[in-house]
Amino acid sequence: MNLEGLRIALGGIVANKLRSGLTMLGIMIGVASVIVLVAVGAGSAAASRQRLEALGSNTLTISTGGFGFGNRGGTQSRVIRIEDSDVVALSDKVEAPSVKLVAPIVAANSIAAVYDGASTTPQQFQGTNEALFSIRNYKVESGVAFSDADVVAHAKVAVIGLTVAKNLLGDNADANTLIGSEVRFGNANLTVIGILKPKGTNGTQDQDNIVLAPLTTVRDLISGSGTSVSQVIVQATNRKATDSAQTEVLNILLSRKAGSTSTSFLVLNQASLLQTQDANNRTFTVLLGAVAAISLLVGGIGVMNIMLVTVTERTREIGIRKAIGARRSDVLGQFLTEAVLLTMLGGLLGVAAGLIGSRYTIVDVKPVVEPYSVFLAFGVAVAVGLFFGIYPANRAAQLRPIDALRYE
Amino acid sequence: MMLAEAPPLARNVIDIRAATKVYGMGDIQVHALRGVSLAVERGDYVAIMGASGSGKSTLMNIIGCLDAPTEGEYYLDGADVNALGDSELADIRNRGIGFVFQSFNLIPRTSALANVELPLMYAGMKKAQRRERALAALEALGLADRVDHHPNELSGGQQQRVAIARAIVTSPAIVLADEPTGALDSVSSTEVLRIFDQLNQFGRTVIVITHEQEVADHAKRVVRLHDGSIYDDVRRAAVIGPPPMAPGRVA
Repeated sequence: MNLEGLRIALGGIVANKLRSGLTMLGIMIGVASVIVLVAVGAGSAAASRQRLEALGSNTLTISTGGFGFGNRGGTQSRVIRIEDSDVVALSDKVEAPSVKLVAPIVAANSIAAVYDGASTTPQQFQGTNEALFSIRNYKVESGVAFSDADVVAHAKVAVIGLTVAKNLLGDNADANTLIGSEVRFGNANLTVIGILKPKGTNGTQDQDNIVLAPLTTVRDLISGSGTSVSQVIVQATNRKATDSAQTEVLNILLSRKAGSTSTSFLVLNQASLLQTQDANNRTFTVLLGAVAAISLLVGGIGVMNIMLVTVTERTREIGIRKAIGARRSDVLGQFLTEAVLLTMLGGLLGVAAGLIGSRYTIVDVKPVVEPYSVFLAFGVAVAVGLFFGIYPANRAAQLRPIDALRYE
Repeated sequence: MMLAEAPPLARNVIDIRAATKVYGMGDIQVHALRGVSLAVERGDYVAIMGASGSGKSTLMNIIGCLDAPTEGEYYLDGADVNALGDSELADIRNRGIGFVFQSFNLIPRTSALANVELPLMYAGMKKAQRRERALAALEALGLADRVDHHPNELSGGQQQRVAIARAIVTSPAIVLADEPTGALDSVSSTEVLRIFDQLNQFGRTVIVITHEQEVADHAKRVVRLHDGSIYDDVRRAAVIGPPPMAPGRVA
């Protein structure tokens, strides 16, 4: 058979163009939707991963008690606070070899910024050091970042996010005009020295609605904060070292803080957050793929249906072929080849449609075509043709020649 | 040339013994054949006659290995057909027997050449050789200029000649024809019968199922069936020698 059989099968397909075309369409839609939906899943996974990584990958966020609220009041007999000296201890390369950078954060809440009559309250107003810029991937788009020297000097400077600048200047103004200007924060005037490169939203928060200033400067603004910090951001040397960095940091803090237990500190591990997110995304992608696979299955049933019709329609031809010496295997091969050819052509069209469809942005997600999904979808399509072709082809092969010849 | 090559072998190419065929089960049983015994010698030209319902089609299906008898034995070229499996029967239909049907039974949308090549393809012959033999067979039947035509572009007579070419292209010992002239006009009929005469003259065993006396007149032996039994068996000419109506024969 081989080439010969392929030609005969192709002849059978061409003989009923519309019918074959519609059957192929079913397979094509199935294959294309598998490719596109898996690509959408992968695309949204990549996007959310990017968002998380924008926060700074391989980082740990350490705070005491409630996350983001700083210290609770003095009603407890022993209030555990992370002090400046602890921050220095965390940078110890011997005690904490997996730690690369450490940035303390003093958060000030509800501090209004006033400039030229306009007023806004940034979502985040944080006092920190130079290291935070590198840990969180903050890029200064124009102007400069403050340095550790500014921290020591209590320099009255600030780096602001684009949203804050726009809130002060109006949407259409050039944010750069703010550089060098004094903006009033609470009861102090800070000179804007840099504008952050926009990061967009992380899903829940506008990451550009932020003001960063030297740690000491922010402490001066809010009275009575002493030498404690709200949070410490620690960057591990690499992603794999995040877990060991977490252990090291906790051990240092536990040994330094009398009466503290491991529950005294709240550690947010960005890497494990990413892992969880990845797992969720995988589930999402598999689900999308499964939905698409069902449509592929439906396409397969269409193939079976049409092959049954074809076999019935060509019963007489099967009889003739058997009368002149076709064996069961010849007839089986002929119809199986036809079914597989049908799904293969449909599959190829589906791959083409899937690849084209994945070039467009779908519900705000830029699809990322996974090569495995292309091979899988095409392979499954061919397997579907084989599986659903076997029954009709076998039916044809089992026909007794005399019955087939008599069929009208 | 190809019409001339027929394999010599066992004397009785067909040997059917007490064959019965019953259709249906339980109360409504139809006895199509009630114990038919028929031996056909190599090189004979047999016409099997009978009214419809006499069992002649059933007999032809059994001879052609398209159907098996309910009871009885069938030896084809000395081989017990009942003992053969599906693929061996396919081989017999492919190489041992050439079929010619009343309704031609060519495969539609397929050229005359491809139709004739088909049995050779199932026999596993190479493309080039297949083509050569199929062309030779078509040429021998005067269809050299029609090889690329599809069945629906050919006249009835031409279609039947293509079917005959297909039947003889594998050089079978037996040519089995079921009402070969039933769907043809008289000119084409005469032509087809002349071809059968010729085939027989070249040594091939020819069995024709018919209800027309003119067709039977060409045979060397006429077997008549009635109600599933043979009731008349007349030899009209010797097995060796030309058939009675062959051109040039002195009556």
